[in-house]
Amino acid sequence: MSKKMTNKLTKNLSQFTILIALIILSIFFSFTTDGFLSTTNLFNIMRQVAVNGIAAVGMTMVIITGGIDISVGAIMGVGSVGCATLMVQGAHPVAAVLIILVLGLMTGIIHGFFIHDIDLPPMIVTLATMSILRGTTYIISGGLPVYGFPKNFNIIGQGYIGPIPVPVIIMTICFIIGWFILERTSFGRYVYGVGSNKEASRLSGVNVRKVMYGVYGLCGLLSAMAGLVLLSRVNSGQPKAGEGYEMDIITAVVLGGVSTTGGEGKIVNVIMGLLLMGILLNGMVIMNIPDYYQRLVKGFVLLLAISYDKISQKRANNKV
Amino acid sequence: MAEKLLQLKHITKKFAGVVALDDVSFDIAAGEVVTLVGENGAGKSTLIKVITGAHEPTSGELWVDGRKIENNRPALAKELGIGVIYQELNMMPQLTAAENIFYGRELKKGIIIQKKAMIEQSNKLIRELGANIDSSKQVSELSIAEQQIVEIAKAVSQEMKLLIMDEPTAPLTNAEIEKMFDIIGRLQKRGVAILYISHRLEEVFRLAGRIVVLRDGKHVITVPAADIDQSGLIKYMVGRELGQDYPKRETKIGETVLEVKEYCNAFIKGCSLTLNRGEILGLAGLVGAGRTELARAIFGADPIQKGELFLNGKQLTIGSPGDAIRNGIGLITEDRKNQGLLLNQSIFYNISYANLKSVSKYGVINRIKESKLTQTYVDAMNIKVHSISQQTKTLSGGNQQKVVLGKWLATNSKVLIFDEPTRGIDIGAKSEIYRLMRRLVEEGKSIIMISSEMPELIGMSDRILVMRGGIITGELSREEVNQEKILQLATR
Repeated sequence: MSKKMTNKLTKNLSQFTILIALIILSIFFSFTTDGFLSTTNLFNIMRQVAVNGIAAVGMTMVIITGGIDISVGAIMGVGSVGCATLMVQGAHPVAAVLIILVLGLMTGIIHGFFIHDIDLPPMIVTLATMSILRGTTYIISGGLPVYGFPKNFNIIGQGYIGPIPVPVIIMTICFIIGWFILERTSFGRYVYGVGSNKEASRLSGVNVRKVMYGVYGLCGLLSAMAGLVLLSRVNSGQPKAGEGYEMDIITAVVLGGVSTTGGEGKIVNVIMGLLLMGILLNGMVIMNIPDYYQRLVKGFVLLLAISYDKISQKRANNKV
Repeated sequence: MAEKLLQLKHITKKFAGVVALDDVSFDIAAGEVVTLVGENGAGKSTLIKVITGAHEPTSGELWVDGRKIENNRPALAKELGIGVIYQELNMMPQLTAAENIFYGRELKKGIIIQKKAMIEQSNKLIRELGANIDSSKQVSELSIAEQQIVEIAKAVSQEMKLLIMDEPTAPLTNAEIEKMFDIIGRLQKRGVAILYISHRLEEVFRLAGRIVVLRDGKHVITVPAADIDQSGLIKYMVGRELGQDYPKRETKIGETVLEVKEYCNAFIKGCSLTLNRGEILGLAGLVGAGRTELARAIFGADPIQKGELFLNGKQLTIGSPGDAIRNGIGLITEDRKNQGLLLNQSIFYNISYANLKSVSKYGVINRIKESKLTQTYVDAMNIKVHSISQQTKTLSGGNQQKVVLGKWLATNSKVLIFDEPTRGIDIGAKSEIYRLMRRLVEEGKSIIMISSEMPELIGMSDRILVMRGGIITGELSREEVNQEKILQLATR
């Protein structure tokens, strides 16, 4: 069997494993709980997956360049509370949405600036902004939930188009656009190229700054969008909105075969990672597993996911 | 007579098809200075690595103090008393000189490190070398010359019996060089043997020890400095027949296409050149002469502080590789793996990478066009592969270089700079690359070629510029060029 085929098989195998794990988990939860398989619950899973999924599109691009953005949960939070506050102050929902999206985009570009122009590690930069943004969320809301905005805003999070929840539609559109960008545009090529080898890309004439600003900007924008969907689902601007979500999103992306070293991974597979995380978390909640144990499990899954990623990479390299 | 400190007996080292060292033998006695000379690629670095245990010889023996050494490894070499000081010093800049000297062997009372004692002892060592440095200072605060002295002090404190020094005077001023020779004298008095590698022939003669000449991995001669002169030495370093057939020029050379005036930055000090249409301009010089740095400056990969560039008579500012490519200038880098290729991406991905514009509209890639483009260049470069979706890291060196060349051909650049285009490539692929270069200039493109391989440089170039220490020391025409002249200008 040629080297190329074995490599492809190895990658497909890992995706296959995720699928199997998905199925096993679903079966497990449907037997051990009441209500896992109910329509309401399944739709719940889909809506929560959709929130993470929208942000995951941006995160995928960032990780492909070899970077990371751990402020996505905080952006969701400040987007959520910010939009709610704007609407309560009398802003038109559409205007509020647009303002928040632009702010998300700008946050991402600021990330790009610190990471590329000042040449700082992405982890630390986004750790700092995570703190800044979460603090801002508490300041704006005074630590209290923000209520009282127009009912029609709820369509985003709670409405349906036909049988499909609106968040799922939004997520699907985001994934399609994300896929198109990564697979069919030169920008997408550069994203993979910069992740593979930043210096070789620079020496091939790639405008690395544009790529960095682009991926981090998109990540910020999409995280803000996710925050808006979350706001609409929960029907109030919660100061804690999005807290801890970054972990689920990053785990989902890594489970989807996107290597943390950059340069590889298909966005299509991230959907499976998201489903796996979604089912796992939902199942644990329905089983009434205490919050602390959930955190334990999530941590283990992340550790396993990135270890598996590195080990299969090393195996592939040794075969060459 | 005492046993020789180090003896190399018939050392041969082969790497996948390349013979880096071919039956090399020589010896060094305690307290002796032996200098090792040879061109780039003669095998000096490989020899050092064999002595220090970083490489295992394919055949041959290493004897230390009259005992044969089996399975040499860096740790073992150190125990035997063999130390190396490389050009890129091996210090930890954030630690003090004393901490560096005693790294791994700190003076302790129980578990407490005796900082004061270490500083005192370090100062003493340094004084014995005739220098005056405060060992409590952080290494990053010391000058390069002082850092070197600290490294030497470290080697002395580790009781090294053989000190290998690789181009030690390259970064030093004249005054510091004098100091270095003084230190070498003192080391000799202590019975330390010195293996000194340098391109600076005046120093080689100054040290007045025995000179070992390597050429193409072979040991040419060992001769006392007193018995030979500089030109005689150069003849030994260089003298070989030009073997390869280089394709002949068919068309004439045209007008000036590129003019560079007084380019300056941290590495190059006022370089100027002209390149004519259809010409292959060779750029010669030893490692560190600044050839790659000049190429990178012209290509916009490194910034310049001063200088002007004219392309087809028009003045341009090339501030980034993107600028260069847009104006039709390309650079095929020296290090194809780390700078030329995206190793974990496919062949076709790599080939279109520097010119995606030509196959996309409004940023969207036209896959059919791209497929045609990449297939064109895969065929043009004669890249023989299973599938162009293969990752480039699976390819041989020759095929990898062809992918890189394919990428640059796909940019339709009119000026191409080749930095060591045939390094690490087999004979067959080399010929293909020479023929390609010839075809390109016949089509009216112009090439600057950096090469450390004399035959290739002389065989392919229409003119040759020689560099040394960041400046261009001379120009040789095709008629007058020979290897001795190049080396003279390269070591002046």
